[in-house]
Amino acid sequence: MKSDRGDIELAGVCKSFDGVTNVVDGVNLKIADGAYCCFIGPSGCGKTTILRMIAGHEDPSAGEIVIGGQNVVGLAPVQRRTAMMFQSYALFPHLTVRENIAFALRVRGMSKADRLRAADAMIEKVRLTQFADRLPAQLSGGQQQRVALARAAITEPRVLLLDEPLSALDEQLRVQMRQELRRMQQELGITFIHVTHTQLEAIALADLVVVMEQGKIKQAGAARDVYAHPHDRYVAEFMGGQNVLSGRVEKVNGSSFTLAQAAPDGIEVPLQRRPSVSVGDKVDIAVRRDDVALVRPGRELPPGCTNSLPSRVLAIEYQGYFVKVMLDTVPDDAFVAYVPEKTFFADPFTVGDVVLATWATGSALPLA
Amino acid sequence: MSAVLADMPETVAPATTKAIAPSRGQRPWTFYVLATLFAFYVLALYGPMFCIYILSFQDIRGGLVFPMKGTSLHWFVDLFTQVRTGDVKGSFDRSIKLAIIVTAITVVVSFLAGLGFRRRFRGDTVVFYMMIGSLVAPGLVLGLGTGLLFQALGLNASWYTSALGAQLSWTLPFGVLVMFAVMSRFNQVWEEAAYDLGASRWQSIRLVMIPVLAPGLVAVALFGFTLSYDEFARSLQTAGSLNTLPLEIWSMTLNVTSPSLYALGTVTTIVSFIVIGASLGSIVLIQKKRGSSTKG
Repeated sequence: MKSDRGDIELAGVCKSFDGVTNVVDGVNLKIADGAYCCFIGPSGCGKTTILRMIAGHEDPSAGEIVIGGQNVVGLAPVQRRTAMMFQSYALFPHLTVRENIAFALRVRGMSKADRLRAADAMIEKVRLTQFADRLPAQLSGGQQQRVALARAAITEPRVLLLDEPLSALDEQLRVQMRQELRRMQQELGITFIHVTHTQLEAIALADLVVVMEQGKIKQAGAARDVYAHPHDRYVAEFMGGQNVLSGRVEKVNGSSFTLAQAAPDGIEVPLQRRPSVSVGDKVDIAVRRDDVALVRPGRELPPGCTNSLPSRVLAIEYQGYFVKVMLDTVPDDAFVAYVPEKTFFADPFTVGDVVLATWATGSALPLA
Repeated sequence: MSAVLADMPETVAPATTKAIAPSRGQRPWTFYVLATLFAFYVLALYGPMFCIYILSFQDIRGGLVFPMKGTSLHWFVDLFTQVRTGDVKGSFDRSIKLAIIVTAITVVVSFLAGLGFRRRFRGDTVVFYMMIGSLVAPGLVLGLGTGLLFQALGLNASWYTSALGAQLSWTLPFGVLVMFAVMSRFNQVWEEAAYDLGASRWQSIRLVMIPVLAPGLVAVALFGFTLSYDEFARSLQTAGSLNTLPLEIWSMTLNVTSPSLYALGTVTTIVSFIVIGASLGSIVLIQKKRGSSTKG
């Protein structure tokens, strides 16, 4: 049963290297054919191990890995029709760009003329024609990455696995190569699975973002879902852009509840996505940093804002199109407002100023 | 540079001692001390050898000491024609053949050991120290023991059996140690990449490991060859009735009193340099080939 589909299903996948602790702990996930999926998490969260198990470089201790309807556990990468792009690219240092790319065809026994012709076609696709006779050491990081991509793609895989592909590049090149990866993915029309620890990279590229912690999936969904609607405190803090506050529920009234906090009247939070809240529960809520408005004491709050937290400005960082204002709003957690540059400089604050932090009441999000 | 200097605050004290501070044009006195030391070192290293080389080019009146008496190639001819100087040609042949066999075995075994030791296994430290042990063992004793063992087993000692074994006890640990250093520069992810691209184990060794490690393997070969070519202590009791070259030279020092002894020294040095030159040349060639060819 040979299938060209590159949809992947992980069912109860576990991996333990020492037989005691699970590095990957019961992961269930479906990835659609032709999707761009990013695994994201801190180092040691098991994301690379999952990638290597899908690639066939590691066998799961338990569970099934199904690609295109076929259980591939125990099969070699070539039989799985997967290809991997390694973190430091792992280009063969003794072979030229052309020979590197033709390697997979060479080990299949394709004739020299045929494989070099195929390699040249692929070289053209990644726009490296003028570098075809160079050695990897004579290429820049971005060019090396393209060679690695071409070398993996020439095997005509149905799934391409990328292990932190952009981590070896400098900032500017990273953004550029990010677009190139996306372009290649669309051109090849195959499933890409990309492991990263950079939030920006994940949400910029992925159709499906999978946030991991300690071998478990914390949240999987569309980039915007994961960023704007984090499931819990971990995801909110890891993806960034959110202030997380916690407190006890003071009262529940219909469509909202009130969280006891530093604010004189508590914080009013809408009851969306979290239907069952009772008085006394400890609840985390998230407020997007760019939803926070800063108002000088005594001024009127913007419309829709009912919560106001008196705070002192701890630090100010200019970020170009916005200004990052750090506040001491809540005792234990960082509280940050991203104020649009023009708004900020219309009435700039200085460190030590007392302000009221406020946000449209409906925009606060209770977390699991 | 000037911008940096201009930015430097005036309060920075100027360097007061000249010796280590970067100088403007003049070298510090330490340079001359160290240069003199180095010159003495070079003289001590090469001076004695050059005495031999120079004296080997004397004519028929030549003696074993300076001053030089005429110039000719007489003693080189004498070396290969006269019987009284011993079996130079035969021993030279044997030494070269033996060195080639030793080299081949050393390279193959070291490479395999290098592959084996990439991963830890049960008893790996024991194996490693047993190997190092044969490096530390006194060569003369080891040779003597090998000779005795062959005798006890009723085998004839000869250069291609007992001497080969005794020499391998010396070249193998060296080869393996060099191989470890070479291997440490091999990134295992290359092997993984080869596997990912569908290479079999043998293909990944043949197409990736060996070519990547080639310069290192040449170094191991060079080591094996030179260690064997001038091996003396272990061969002394194990070479049997036919001498290797170092043994022949040694016996000549006991009974030959002509400059042909020096001529022999010159010839063997030339052979050594040819071997070293060929090795280095092949390393350069390998690296050059990587730069230009697109061979399949």
